[in-house]
Amino acid sequence: MPEGAVFDVRRAEPPAYDWQEVATVDPGVGRYVDASVQDGSVYRYEIRVRVAATPAGAETPGAAGTGLEPPTAAAAPAAMGAAVVSDPVASHDNWFRAARANSLVATVLFTVIILSSIAYARSGKNIFIRRIAGLNAVDEAIGRATELGKKVFYIPGSQSMDDIQTVASIAILGHVARATARYGTDLDVPNKDPLTFVSAREAVRSAYLSEGRPDLFREEMVNYVTYDQFAYTAAVSARMVREKPAAIFLIGYFFAESLILAETGQSTGAIQIAGQADPTQLPFFVATCDYTLIGEELYAAGAYLTREPVLLGSMRGQDIAKAILILIGISGIIAVSLGVQGIPEMLLTR
Amino acid sequence: MNFDFGRVALVLLFAIVPIGGIILGIRAPALRSRIPIMVGFLAGLVPIVSLYVPKNFISGPTGMSPRLDQWLIILAGFALLLGIVNVLQTSIRKITRREAGWPFAVVLLAGLFSTGSFGIHGAISGQGIGFLPDGSPTPFKYMADWFFLPLQSTIFSLLAFFMASAAFRAFRARNTEATILLVAAGLIMAGRVPLLELFALPFPGLQPAAAGASQFLGRTTEWIMDTPNGAAQSGIIIGAALGAASMAIRVILGIERGYLGLGKGE
Repeated sequence: MPEGAVFDVRRAEPPAYDWQEVATVDPGVGRYVDASVQDGSVYRYEIRVRVAATPAGAETPGAAGTGLEPPTAAAAPAAMGAAVVSDPVASHDNWFRAARANSLVATVLFTVIILSSIAYARSGKNIFIRRIAGLNAVDEAIGRATELGKKVFYIPGSQSMDDIQTVASIAILGHVARATARYGTDLDVPNKDPLTFVSAREAVRSAYLSEGRPDLFREEMVNYVTYDQFAYTAAVSARMVREKPAAIFLIGYFFAESLILAETGQSTGAIQIAGQADPTQLPFFVATCDYTLIGEELYAAGAYLTREPVLLGSMRGQDIAKAILILIGISGIIAVSLGVQGIPEMLLTR
Repeated sequence: MNFDFGRVALVLLFAIVPIGGIILGIRAPALRSRIPIMVGFLAGLVPIVSLYVPKNFISGPTGMSPRLDQWLIILAGFALLLGIVNVLQTSIRKITRREAGWPFAVVLLAGLFSTGSFGIHGAISGQGIGFLPDGSPTPFKYMADWFFLPLQSTIFSLLAFFMASAAFRAFRARNTEATILLVAAGLIMAGRVPLLELFALPFPGLQPAAAGASQFLGRTTEWIMDTPNGAAQSGIIIGAALGAASMAIRVILGIERGYLGLGKGE
C-alpha cells in the first residue's frame, strides 16, 4: 500500500448511481459500520483506494540535514485505485446485539447465583453476615432520640427514585419509621425530589400502619422542601439548628450538600448515621458522622436489619459473585503480564 | 398509519394493566399490593431487554425504553404538584398555629407566590422568563438573578468553612488509622500547594532545592492518589456495583418491597 493511501467508502441507492461519500478509512481497519442508513432501503457500496496528492516542494523524509538532500520533489496528483462495488444490500434491525453477549452471560450468571443463594437461604441454612457498626447503631440512635424526647431526622439524599441508592434509602427509612412508630418518637423526612417524597411518604405511612400506630402518623412528617439543591440544603440545615434533633440519618445519594448537612448536624450534637455508595462524598461523611455505611453496606442494610432469609441469601450470592470477579481480575492481571490479551478482550463491553 | 408496537405495548403494560389491577383490587386487597410489584418488574425488565435487543420498538429513539424515561419525567411533574400542595399545607398550618419559626413560612409563601406568578405571567403574556425586547430582565429573571443566585452562592460558599472544620476533626491523630490519614493528608496538601517554593523566594540559594523537593512531593501526591487511594476507591466501586445489581434483581423480582412500604422485606 503506498504511503498516504486511504480507502474511500461511498454509497448509492439503485437504480440511480448518485454516489455519496460515506467515510474515509485508514489502511489496516478491517471493518466499517455505516450507521446512517435507513432500515429496509437498498444500497450499493463502493470502496476504492485513494493516494493523497503530494504538494510541490515536499521533502523526502529522513534526508534532511545530511547535506545530501535530493532536489525538491515536484507536485504529484491524487491517484485513485479501481473501485470495488458491492451487490445491492439492505439493513434491518436484529433480534440480538451480539457484541454484548458477554454482558448478557454475566447478567444471567449473576442472576442465577443470586436466585440459587436465595433458594439456599430458604432451605433454612444459616448464613453469616458480618457486623456492620452503622446498622447496629440505628436502634441506638432512635432510642437516644426517644429518651431525649427529640426528633429523628431522615434525609433520603437528593436524587430521584431512578437511582438505586434512593431505593435502598427508602427501604432503610421503612425500618427507621417502624422503630419510631414503636417508640412513639417524632420523625421528620424532608425531601428534595418529588418522586422520592411520594415514595417516602408511602413507606412511612405503611410502617406506622404495620406497627399498629396509624394515630401517630402525620402527613407533615414526610414533607417536601424544594427541588433546588442549595435552597434544600439551607432549609434542612436551618431546621437542624432550630429543632436540634437527637438523631440524623443521611442515607442516599448526595452531592456538594453532603458536607454542609453533615457538619451542621454535627454542630447540633446529634448522633449521625450516613450512607452512600459513591466514593466522592464518602470522605466527608466519614469525617463528620458517627457511623458511615460505605458502598455495598448501604444495599446490605435491608438484609441486616430484618434478617429475612431471602435477603440474606442475596447477600451470599453477591459475595460469591464478588469472589468470581476477584478471580477473573487476578487471572486478567497475570494474563496481561504474560502478554495474553484474551481476558481483557472478553470483558470489553461495547 | 403505521402501527407503533412499542407505544401500544407501553400503554397496555403501564396504563391499562395497572388501572385494571386497581379496579379489581377494590374487591381483592391482595391484588392491590401485587400490582405495584408487577409494574416494577416490567419497568425493570424493559431497559434490560433494550440493552440486548436492538429492535426499534424497544431500543430505538421512540422505543419503549426511551419512552419509559419520558414517562418518568411526566410522573415527576405530577409528584411535584403533590410536593407544592404539601409545602402550602405545612406552611399555612405553621402560620395559623403560630408554631416556632412561623415567620420563615411567611417568607417561603411570599417567595413561592411571587416567583410563581411572575413565571406564569411570563408564560401567558409571551414575554417568557428571560429578557424583555428592550434588553431589561423580566421580573422572574430579576428575582432569579438578584435574590436567588446570590443566596445560592452564599450557601455553596459555606462549603469552604465546613471543609476546614471537618478536616480539623478528621486529622486528629487519635489512633493508628487517623495518624496514617493525617500523614497522607499532610503530604497531599504539601504536594498540591507549592509552599516550599514560596518560602524559598527570599533565599535564592535554596530555590533549586525547594523546587526539587516540591517536585518530589508532587510525585508522591500523585502516587498516593493513584495507587493506594485509587485501589481503595476501585474496591468500593466494585462492591457497590455488585450490591446495586443485587438490589436491582431483588426489586425487579419483587423480593425487596421496602421501598413500596410493603412487607417485612425492607
